[in-house]
Amino acid sequence: MERVPVLKLGDLLIVSIQIDLQDQSVLMLQEDLADAIVESRARGVIIDITAVEIVDSFIGRMLSTIASISRMLDAETIVVGMRPAVAITLVELGLSLGGVRTALNLEKGVAMLKERGGADPVAVPE
Amino acid sequence: MTSAVELVIAGNSDVVIVRQQVRNSAQQVGLSLVDQTKVVTAASELARNALMYAGGGQVRIEVVNNGVRDGLRLDFTDEGPGIPDLDLALTDGWSTGGGLGLGLSGSRRLVDEFDLESKTGEGTRVTVIKWAR
Amino acid sequence: MTAHGDAGQLRMDELLRAKEETVLKRWIDLAGATVGGRADRSVLAGRLREVYQALLQFIGEGGDASDLRGLLADLSRKQAREGFTPAETAAVVFSLKEAVYGLIESEDDVTALRGYIWLARQIDDLGLFTFETFVSAREKIITDQAEQLLELSTPVVKLWDGILAVPLVGTLDSARTQVVMEKLLQGLVETGSEHAVIDITGVPAVDTQVAQHLLKAVVAARLMGAECVISGIRPQIAHTIVTLGIEFGDIVTKASLADALAYTLRKSGVQVTQRADKHVVVGLERV
Ligand SMILES: Nc1ncnc2c1ncn2[C@@H]1O[C@H](COP(=O)(O)OP(=O)(O)OP(=O)(O)O)[C@@H](O)[C@H]1O
Ligand SMILES: [Mg+2]
Repeated sequence: MERVPVLKLGDLLIVSIQIDLQDQSVLMLQEDLADAIVESRARGVIIDITAVEIVDSFIGRMLSTIASISRMLDAETIVVGMRPAVAITLVELGLSLGGVRTALNLEKGVAMLKERGGADPVAVPE
Repeated sequence: MTSAVELVIAGNSDVVIVRQQVRNSAQQVGLSLVDQTKVVTAASELARNALMYAGGGQVRIEVVNNGVRDGLRLDFTDEGPGIPDLDLALTDGWSTGGGLGLGLSGSRRLVDEFDLESKTGEGTRVTVIKWAR
Repeated sequence: MTAHGDAGQLRMDELLRAKEETVLKRWIDLAGATVGGRADRSVLAGRLREVYQALLQFIGEGGDASDLRGLLADLSRKQAREGFTPAETAAVVFSLKEAVYGLIESEDDVTALRGYIWLARQIDDLGLFTFETFVSAREKIITDQAEQLLELSTPVVKLWDGILAVPLVGTLDSARTQVVMEKLLQGLVETGSEHAVIDITGVPAVDTQVAQHLLKAVVAARLMGAECVISGIRPQIAHTIVTLGIEFGDIVTKASLADALAYTLRKSGVQVTQRADKHVVVGLERV
């Protein structure tokens, strides 16, 4: 079974899905990511699905779950690169990917996370 | 064209193989990219259901023609426990497996023809068709 | 065919071959007059010459009209494309009757007259055939143009860096809406645009399906990381959407394309200010 690699880039984690994922790989990725967020103290996670040809209810649920888990671990998740055909299909399927933020491509996703980092309140002395 | 492919769904990796074969056949039929994506997604849902709820099953993937258009027919069968209430199973959000309950109802929206038959204790059969535009 | 008819047919064959130049010249003159000055004489003459040869072959070899029909079909299609009316086109064929009549008028020849009557009936058939081909050729042209128009009438245009628009004009059916929305979503990816305006000012009415497709496109765009604004919703369409119970939810709508543009510019961080001299100045807020 193939494992999806999790890359670290500064305080961001980047996951680029390049293969047709079977359910077991999806679950493993979910666990690997949670560990990696804690370990690396990442502030943001980018899941790049540019190469992904279909998102079904299982993968869709995984994306929502990862977003919720990372939020709990104080990291923001952004899903980038969803293809138009995939988006149209998800809408028809009835999946809303609740709680998941999205961006058109990797660059925009990174920019969104940087912006969030910059907007973080600086500790104000009493 | 009477090329039909039959695949066994016995494990997680078979779901991936079903998706790939359906994609190939959908391209062969000349479905648009969006329609290919829709029918592959429906196939993924139905194959996973057979695996999850019936412990496995099989699918027959066939190119069909209704005199006007070509289409792709997928015929999923399993010898699992069956579905007691079809209407309920086809309701958005209804799930006994802790899922989102969108597999059956969503697949129905993704294809042009959808037929669900099931007998408790005997098994389930889902047949879908996507026609080329 | 009766014996008389056969004899007449033979006589006509003889006459048409012997007087080929005379008949052709008259036919070209008559046909030229029916279509007026719009036809290029030499082109028309060339086409009629070909038809005449095929006609001789048809009469001489008895009965196989396929070459002749092929040529006439070709003639009709050309005439259709060049903008002639079906009546004008059929008249070109019918004028052959008059041209041939000149041959037998002067002679007191009953066999030739019988041959003429037979030929006239053939020409009538051919004229009708021409008419039919002309009409179907014209229909084909019209559907082709409608398709081209559909392509032309639904462009995805770039309004600003990062802002796309689809100005929809005319009646929307479900298929067309789907095609346009796919094109829009593809455009968002290709240009990296985070905003889109779907302008339906030019759309007189929508049905449930069309409204649903618009809505789904907006939701799909959002899943991809882009925001759509719908502008120019006419009162009737707003009424339809509300009475059909379609949930437009949190989708942003604007009265006009201009309002939508101003809104999306603001959203993408572009500041638009109006100077006293009424020139619009646009400046980037962020780098
Ligand atoms: N092949 C099958 N055999 C037996 N029961 C089935 C089968 N397929 C579906 N079901 C039943 O129908 C219910 C609805 O199925 P559906 O695929 O719509 O949702 P789900 O699998 O529960 O969740 P999701 O597919 O959204 O992850 C299932 O929970 C299950 O009880
Ligand atoms: Mg399911």
